[in-house]
Amino acid sequence: MAKFTDKNSYTILFSVIMVLVVGSLLAGVAQGLRGKISENERFEKQQNILYAMGVDNNEGTGSVEFIPTKEVEAVFHKYIKKQLVIQGDEATEDENAYLIDIKKEETHANDDANYKRKLPLFIGEKEGKTYYIIPMRGKGLWDAIWGYVSLDKDLVVEGVYFDHKGETPGLGANIKERFFMDDFEGEQIMNGNAFVGITVAKGNNDPLNERKEDHKVDALAGATITGNGVTAMIKKDVARYIPFLEKFNKEQ
Amino acid sequence: MGLLSKKDSKLILDPLADNNPITIQVLGICSALAITAQLKASIVMAVSVMVVLAVGNVVISLLRNVIPGKIRIIAQLIIVAALVIIVDQVLKAFAYSLSKQLSVFIGLIITNCIIMGRFEAFALANKPWRSFLDGIGNAAGYGLILIIVGFFRELLGSGTLLGFKVLGDPIAKTGLYAFGYENNGFMLLSPMALIVIGIIIWVQRSRNKELIEEH
Repeated sequence: MAKFTDKNSYTILFSVIMVLVVGSLLAGVAQGLRGKISENERFEKQQNILYAMGVDNNEGTGSVEFIPTKEVEAVFHKYIKKQLVIQGDEATEDENAYLIDIKKEETHANDDANYKRKLPLFIGEKEGKTYYIIPMRGKGLWDAIWGYVSLDKDLVVEGVYFDHKGETPGLGANIKERFFMDDFEGEQIMNGNAFVGITVAKGNNDPLNERKEDHKVDALAGATITGNGVTAMIKKDVARYIPFLEKFNKEQ
Repeated sequence: MGLLSKKDSKLILDPLADNNPITIQVLGICSALAITAQLKASIVMAVSVMVVLAVGNVVISLLRNVIPGKIRIIAQLIIVAALVIIVDQVLKAFAYSLSKQLSVFIGLIITNCIIMGRFEAFALANKPWRSFLDGIGNAAGYGLILIIVGFFRELLGSGTLLGFKVLGDPIAKTGLYAFGYENNGFMLLSPMALIVIGIIIWVQRSRNKELIEEH
């Protein structure tokens, strides 16, 4: 006797029910948790921006600890004095500039040559020192990489934060480890008046990163393409801000 | 084992050695090569797979009499994908930093052939409790190999274990490095993981000749 589960009609019925049940279950879960998830993502952005300017809870040399989620909102408003949106030659203040979706702006600018993309810039202040914090977004080996770099008034790197969507754990994913990020501190992005960025270089032969004027940091073993992605991301995204930062510095 | 009958404890112990998913069945090799450069990543992956495989096995086993034979693979795939997405969303909402750490593992779990393999080979034909044990056992066997490979790759490749510098500091030249020892950068690359797994297979089969396949 054939089992009832072998009938075509049963197969179709089962697949329809399965799709409906699983589909509505997933939609329900996504809908129910959406508010909480976007809240978490908002806090994460604040944490990352603060981390780039050195406001963190790091203990010891290996840890990457952010300001806790519960406090980050208040700390963010304490240290970030100004949030600007640069569009063309105009800069306007916008206290939600950190929520601007860099990816959407980039796609929009690529699709429409006349569109002047919004560039968010955060101006932080810590112990009397001013930090310019610039968001970046680029491509790693498997998926997107992004981050923030903070510069002081002389356009020397004060700190960075990198993150990634799907780089290989233990290899490319190490861009968000202290030993990689800390190397950027003190590196110069300008050579005289020209912007050169920072290159993630193999054979840099400077593991302690003592040479700060060479525009290079040591690459990660086994993560060449992710490293190249970081180099390209800094070159592409930080360059957009340079003319504005120079003008801004003069006015101050 | 007082808690489990002999037959049940076999379900857990067999995949640890004589029927190991990686070294005997040669399943789940891709993730074993990809994410074993660090011990921590290996452990996280082992635990994640154990949760998904145990729960998935139970779900499949409960549905084993109603899943139509013709589309059983698709049904299994949908169930494991749905499970993984729900876990991912819940983690993002309530344990955001943990979900950041797991990032790619979540996606890698779905593609792990051990999961589909156990659904197909075991859960579809067995009761939920036995399927649960089978899931735990196979995930443990998989995790064991991952952790062994991760241990050697991190130790020899980076000179660290779980991020601690156990062999001394390669830059300041302390510990072993003071005697001219160097980390083997090759260990960080996937081909060396295959060689480490090959060595495990060799050791295991030379200790137990019954495991050697006849050709």
